[in-house]
Amino acid sequence: MTIHVMVILAVALMSVVLRIIFVIYWSSKPFQNKSTKPVSTLIILGSGGHTAEMLNLLSVLQVDRFCPRYYIAAATDNMSLQKASVYENQLADTVGGKIRETPQFMQIYRSREVGQSYITSIGTTIFAVAHALLLMMKIKPQVILCNGPGTCIPLCAIAFVFKVLGIRWSSIFYVESIARVKRLSLSGIILYKLHMADQLFVQWPQLQRKYPRAHYVGRLM
Amino acid sequence: MDDSDGSLKPRRIVFVTVGTTSFDTLVRAVDTHEVKEELSKRGYTDLVIQMGRGSYIPTTSSGEDGSLNVEYFTFSSSIADNLKEASLVISHAGSGSIFETLRLGKPLIVVVNEDLMDNHQSELAEELAERKHLFYARPQTLYNIIATMNLDTLIPYESGDAVPVAKLINRFLGFPDD
Repeated sequence: MTIHVMVILAVALMSVVLRIIFVIYWSSKPFQNKSTKPVSTLIILGSGGHTAEMLNLLSVLQVDRFCPRYYIAAATDNMSLQKASVYENQLADTVGGKIRETPQFMQIYRSREVGQSYITSIGTTIFAVAHALLLMMKIKPQVILCNGPGTCIPLCAIAFVFKVLGIRWSSIFYVESIARVKRLSLSGIILYKLHMADQLFVQWPQLQRKYPRAHYVGRLM
Repeated sequence: MDDSDGSLKPRRIVFVTVGTTSFDTLVRAVDTHEVKEELSKRGYTDLVIQMGRGSYIPTTSSGEDGSLNVEYFTFSSSIADNLKEASLVISHAGSGSIFETLRLGKPLIVVVNEDLMDNHQSELAEELAERKHLFYARPQTLYNIIATMNLDTLIPYESGDAVPVAKLINRFLGFPDD
């Protein structure tokens, strides 16, 4: 009896591990089919300079391909969603009469505030993950664009779990902040080491040399 | 030099910004006699300080005696106008205000906050200082930097471009190149 249970557990564990390896392997591969169908896109705004860099990237992405768009920012960050909605309003003005799906703006609890100790971060992280799970079940994005800081980690982790469980395959793109010249940020390191980001971009050549799986894209700002 | 009529004299503003948090050591460093005198000697007429959540209140001055006119405020929804008006910007090391200032082509001194737990911010300021786009200072060295800096040695910053990364994202997802 116990042997049966152990065999079943072992097989289950093996298949989970194989599935994770499968997900990591295929995550790093570009899509083979040439598609023009728009993809639902989650844009995680990090506050301050992070948000400025993200909006800079959005301004050159084809808005008709990346839609509908969902924006998430930290609950303590009042400016980012406001800036994103200014950007979306400008878009609506230029696109004019065309019918577009309206963007959605959401707030999320942060796993760690600037300056918060790493120990108290544990409790707040659990809370943030639960909230992130609710949001992700609602959005189920095909594409996630993020550039740190910690706000994006619970969301990306859940997206990865969704991939493993076959709930939703999302492509996670992480653009390391221009402020990171010599070392990846904590968020960047987590996504890089755990193979959670499909593509991780860096803005300085010395960073790419240090993290060879990253892609150097030059300065965004 | 001896122009006593302030209204005719073109204003040359030094704008100090600490960003969304506080950086009292920077405000304190700016609010010293030697720094203000040096700025005044270099032809600046006004000192405007955005002090954020800091508790150190700088000494204001109307500048009627020919010294710097000093003002401060805590926050504003956008510091874009302050940056535009400024002839010299002294900023914390946040990338937002660094690039906003560089894009406007204003001379910039970045002062790194050494009290921050995760002090990665100095990386960017150091790199950009090495490329001569700005001057790099710590609160203790601010006076020295102001006293010895030569603004002519600064190299204008060329804005980056998000198109390469957008292209890679599009290709990865199988979208055709335009």
